[in-house]
Amino acid sequence: MEDMKEVILEYVIEEYCDEENDDVTFDTPLISGGIVDSFSMVSLKRFLENKYKISIPDADASPEAFDTVKKIEVLVKRFQ
Amino acid sequence: MAYSDKIKEIYQNQLSGIHEAGLFKQERFIHSTQDAEIEVEFPAGSSPKKVINVCANNYLGLSSHPEVIKAAHEGLDTRGYGMSSVRFICGTQDIHRELETKVTEFLGTEDTILFPSCMDANAGVFEAILTSEDIMISDRLVHASIIDGMRLCAAQHDTFKHSDMAHLEKKLQLHANKRLKVVINDGVYSMDGDTAKLDEMAALCEKYDALLFVDESHSSGFIGKTGRGTHEKCGVMGKIDIITTTFGKALGGASGGCVSGRKEIVEMCRQKARPYLFSNTIAPVVVSGVLRVLDILSQSTEYRDKLEKNTKFWRKGLSEAGFVLKDGDTPIVPVMLFNAKLAQDFSKDLFDLGIYAIGFFFPVVPQGAARIRTQISAGHEMHHLEKALDAFIQVGKKYDILGKTKQEIIEMYGN
Repeated sequence: MEDMKEVILEYVIEEYCDEENDDVTFDTPLISGGIVDSFSMVSLKRFLENKYKISIPDADASPEAFDTVKKIEVLVKRFQ
Repeated sequence: MAYSDKIKEIYQNQLSGIHEAGLFKQERFIHSTQDAEIEVEFPAGSSPKKVINVCANNYLGLSSHPEVIKAAHEGLDTRGYGMSSVRFICGTQDIHRELETKVTEFLGTEDTILFPSCMDANAGVFEAILTSEDIMISDRLVHASIIDGMRLCAAQHDTFKHSDMAHLEKKLQLHANKRLKVVINDGVYSMDGDTAKLDEMAALCEKYDALLFVDESHSSGFIGKTGRGTHEKCGVMGKIDIITTTFGKALGGASGGCVSGRKEIVEMCRQKARPYLFSNTIAPVVVSGVLRVLDILSQSTEYRDKLEKNTKFWRKGLSEAGFVLKDGDTPIVPVMLFNAKLAQDFSKDLFDLGIYAIGFFFPVVPQGAARIRTQISAGHEMHHLEKALDAFIQVGKKYDILGKTKQEIIEMYGN
């Protein structure tokens, strides 16, 4: 079974990074570090919902909950 | 009184947080007109100091142009000071419609509607023309006012990597089933000074049946051979469905903005855009000034040509001195310093040498991308630019960053 963190990390790099900031790890701050702006976070939420067949309520999709790949994994597992 | 100590403390703590994060914004009081040289009181309470301004949006140097001031005086005398009304009740004068017609001709569109500011135009346009069945696909570096406008709109939204056409195409394919798709971007990006690839975007929009929206606030009046904007430069005049722009920068610098584009879209704004419906008409004095600006720009390209010449001199001078610049050919020339404190110290040293330029850092620009954003004007004479360049070189030497690469500057100062 594919590792959820790896899948999320791959999506984050593909969707949000370029050659200047592609050294993202599971613990890299995405929102507070300015890699993913809160407005662009919506595509990440949509990806997670489609990929894992879940629905994340807007109230739970906070910048804090989306700030690292590890935190995102915790969030996804809560709604699985 | 409801303003208790508890409430007061909440705000005091928030303000302290802003201070501690080094993000507290302080106004500098200018005691002169807006021009190439201004008199600035900074810090507050000190005697005003004459400095060369290289951070204004006064691209064409028309903010204090004698003919514009004269036209504004005439407008004041013949149409009064204020209208005390929104447009659709009793706030539309003949000159408001005249300005809408002139802007339409200038931008090469079908129709135009005035707004109190471009911030208001961007805040109102999306909600007026889109529904929850639609999608807004925006470049990730669009201006904050566009983001606010999209937030006020029920349509879904998505973003694409800055100026990445392959990523945009993927997003257009992803959202192919939406009723309406709007691709949203700035003509010239205010922080980096680069230009949108409007020709490629227009082709993609045609291929995927999407509307194209461009904010031309940092382009109108000087980008393109006759200053019509980015759409002129990219050879796509008439192919942009929605243009928003401001009169608060190159076009006189006072205030006001507009939505210009397809007739039906402009009419939808007239019927539904809330900042238009619930905010006062642009003051007659401003309308009269902008009308004169458009006359000046329609008669001659003198100002945009001088701006182009000044920009080339400035960019070449900084580049040859060994500064790291953002690529581009617009009058927005960011001098990259990467470290926030270095950007602030650099700006302070420039001020001591008589040059007014501001440091920008996170969250206004991405983390590790701090800079001094310089903006060149047709109001600058060569002696202004030479003096400013000398000052930049002097401060650059002080911090030993001339000829250094991005990596070397980051190693010295961090990011």
